[in-house]
Amino acid sequence: MAVAFDEMNIPGGDLRPAYQELARWLKETPPEALEYRRQEAELLFRRIGITFAVYGDSESTERLIPFDVIPRIMSGKEWALLEKGLKQRVRALNMFLRDIYHGRDILRAEIVPDDLIFQNPVFRPEMNGQQVPHDVYVHIAGIDIVRVDAEDFIVLEDNARTPSGVSYMLENREIMMRLFPDLFARHRVAPVERYPDELLSALRSVAPHSASGEPTVALLTPGVYNSAYYEHSFLADKLGIELVEGRDLIVKNNEVFMRTTEGVKRIDVIYRRVDDDFLDPLTFRPDSVLGVPGLMSAYAAGNITLANAVGTGIADDKAIYSYMPDIVKFYLGEEPILKNVPTWRCREPKDLAYVLDNLGELVVKEVHGSGGYGMLIGPAATKATIEAFREKLKREPEGFIAQPTLALSTCPTCTASGLAPRHVDLRPFVLTGSKGTTIVPGGLTRVALKEGSLVVNSSQGGGTKDTWILDE
Amino acid sequence: MLSRTAENLYWLARYVERAEYLARTIDATLRVTALPAAYIGKTNEWDSALLTAGVAASFYQTYEEANEHNVVDYLSFSADNPSSIRNCIEAARLNSRSVRTALTSEMWDTINSAWIELQAVWSKGTSTREDLAKFLRFVQETSLRFDGSAYRTMLRNDAYWFSRMGVHLERADNTARILDVKYHVLLPEEEHVGGPLDFYQWSSILRSVSALTAYHWVYRETLKPWLIADLLILNDTLPRSLASCYGNLVRNLDQIGVAYGRQGPAQRHARGIRNRLEHSNMNDIFQHGVHEFIQEFIADNSRLGEIITKQYLI
Repeated sequence: MAVAFDEMNIPGGDLRPAYQELARWLKETPPEALEYRRQEAELLFRRIGITFAVYGDSESTERLIPFDVIPRIMSGKEWALLEKGLKQRVRALNMFLRDIYHGRDILRAEIVPDDLIFQNPVFRPEMNGQQVPHDVYVHIAGIDIVRVDAEDFIVLEDNARTPSGVSYMLENREIMMRLFPDLFARHRVAPVERYPDELLSALRSVAPHSASGEPTVALLTPGVYNSAYYEHSFLADKLGIELVEGRDLIVKNNEVFMRTTEGVKRIDVIYRRVDDDFLDPLTFRPDSVLGVPGLMSAYAAGNITLANAVGTGIADDKAIYSYMPDIVKFYLGEEPILKNVPTWRCREPKDLAYVLDNLGELVVKEVHGSGGYGMLIGPAATKATIEAFREKLKREPEGFIAQPTLALSTCPTCTASGLAPRHVDLRPFVLTGSKGTTIVPGGLTRVALKEGSLVVNSSQGGGTKDTWILDE
Repeated sequence: MLSRTAENLYWLARYVERAEYLARTIDATLRVTALPAAYIGKTNEWDSALLTAGVAASFYQTYEEANEHNVVDYLSFSADNPSSIRNCIEAARLNSRSVRTALTSEMWDTINSAWIELQAVWSKGTSTREDLAKFLRFVQETSLRFDGSAYRTMLRNDAYWFSRMGVHLERADNTARILDVKYHVLLPEEEHVGGPLDFYQWSSILRSVSALTAYHWVYRETLKPWLIADLLILNDTLPRSLASCYGNLVRNLDQIGVAYGRQGPAQRHARGIRNRLEHSNMNDIFQHGVHEFIQEFIADNSRLGEIITKQYLI
């Protein structure tokens, strides 16, 4: 594995320009002061109740995501390039989805193989021919970005279903501004606080035709036991919309209503944080108690907009991921600005053979996995784990992809033994409405707190940082 | 507002109120049982505490004897007793989480930080009397803080009124339950036998609804059982009296009726109960039987809860 790209230090002793002021400040600030602020931050998180649940963890049902007080900084120029690349990528994702559920030009052109779509459990035949307002399928996208050098941004994963984490982007900034006002005074940091406003206007812009002039938007949550529940209530609050559960909604004459103390009230747009499978027990899983019976028929009748649309999983599937550069070229006729991680598709015998021969160096992921579960990091795994994985791969090669182990870039991070570099990634949030695509400058930086670890997922001991885009 | 939100606010307020009432009951019982036996007679005060909390039947499924240790444990810390202080706080926190968007940050902070603080008590328990007293005080203070933040920070709209209705309905139920269990010491026929024995019973009743000082201010009299009954049932200047609770319930329901432009069975039922309280005097009540009066009230009050639920909360 190559030496990781250090986002603060240039080999040889110089600092990258974006970090110069921070480095100066760090020199003036005693380590105890940092530790004190870190504890203060943790107390704030706990009091506000910014917690998440780890499934299958009986000991503590509510945990804090560790917060690192050292910000991750990017220059305005770097951001401009990243922003352009993100907009391009999300445009392509939306066009791909529109095509898959309508004309299927891309399959006829043999860019993406048919069976990858039609035999994919996240493909939703219910969406065939279904019109969605303004052809927007992915209203909210979370694109996971990593860096391995100063030039390139690489997409690790597209999240086009119900991406989470944006509340951390917003709360991390609030808490940093409370704890380090002086540090903000010494930088020009682009603000992120207009995200809720932009989200609300994007959601309103895609209301169905049958909606009234002031469309009613609601956020659908699986409920308090969901791991991202805090975020759901946080966003509903910031957007000023009702936070509803499936049992609050009813469908009558193909319209969706919520039960209120004054009788039922129609809603037009649902920002849903419930997975496709649980949305409507009449169409999808009949055992779902989180959903709304009849929701899909109201959707088919065009009386409700779901954000994101149903069936977007087919665009962020890890098996489709490897085709993204071709997908961008096919629809936009442009070279992709953001790179892909080279990916071996284990479904293809040639690739599988290579993967089996090089398991010790590769990262192997389940095509349908998420949250960092069920993956193999070759260089960090024991022999026994590798062998167990080899058997799994042979049994069901189409369930896996493999990628080289990337040396994710590092940022200075507070550790028990002082500041030290730790690996990071970045999830910016891309919003698409009828008037196009917007991105609040920044995103959620996740950091692997364990030395040498490359797993940034919060469910696996990762933490977060505030992400600063400098306004130059 | 969403029916579920209104329901959560209403129950949140009830849970907090109930936790405070349980803490008061335990506190008052500790005081009276600390007296020499000659002052309190042969009644088992811990048994009364269970009865006023309405959990006697379930208690005896687990425990043999209603003594201090068992009852304090069951009413305060038991995870099996659905209306223990612990479960009230847990339920209040869960409800708060589901209606965070309808709570002010001060209200959320009160419940959440109390919940965090009490985790240690749940795991360690209280080993000394002092610990226990501290815990009971903390629960009462949490309720005061919660009530105070609601009063000082909530918008005066349906969310506030539903929350207040929860407080008053629960409060009325609690006061009525004490009267239900203790009515026999308040009967006027026993006036002549009212020795020191009853005096401590009476002050204990007043203490559990925090009305001991209020009694003296209102009546400027030594403790008299019929005056205590009058205070707790008919005196609408005492916030925990049945009359005061119903004055407030009628007002909150009217405010909702005006805001929504329509009245319903809940408004009518509440007004009916309030009118009966307004037009009663203690003589009539004693004549017709205090016990019957109270039992009827408890049934009427819980009927109002059902009507409110049906009209607004589902």
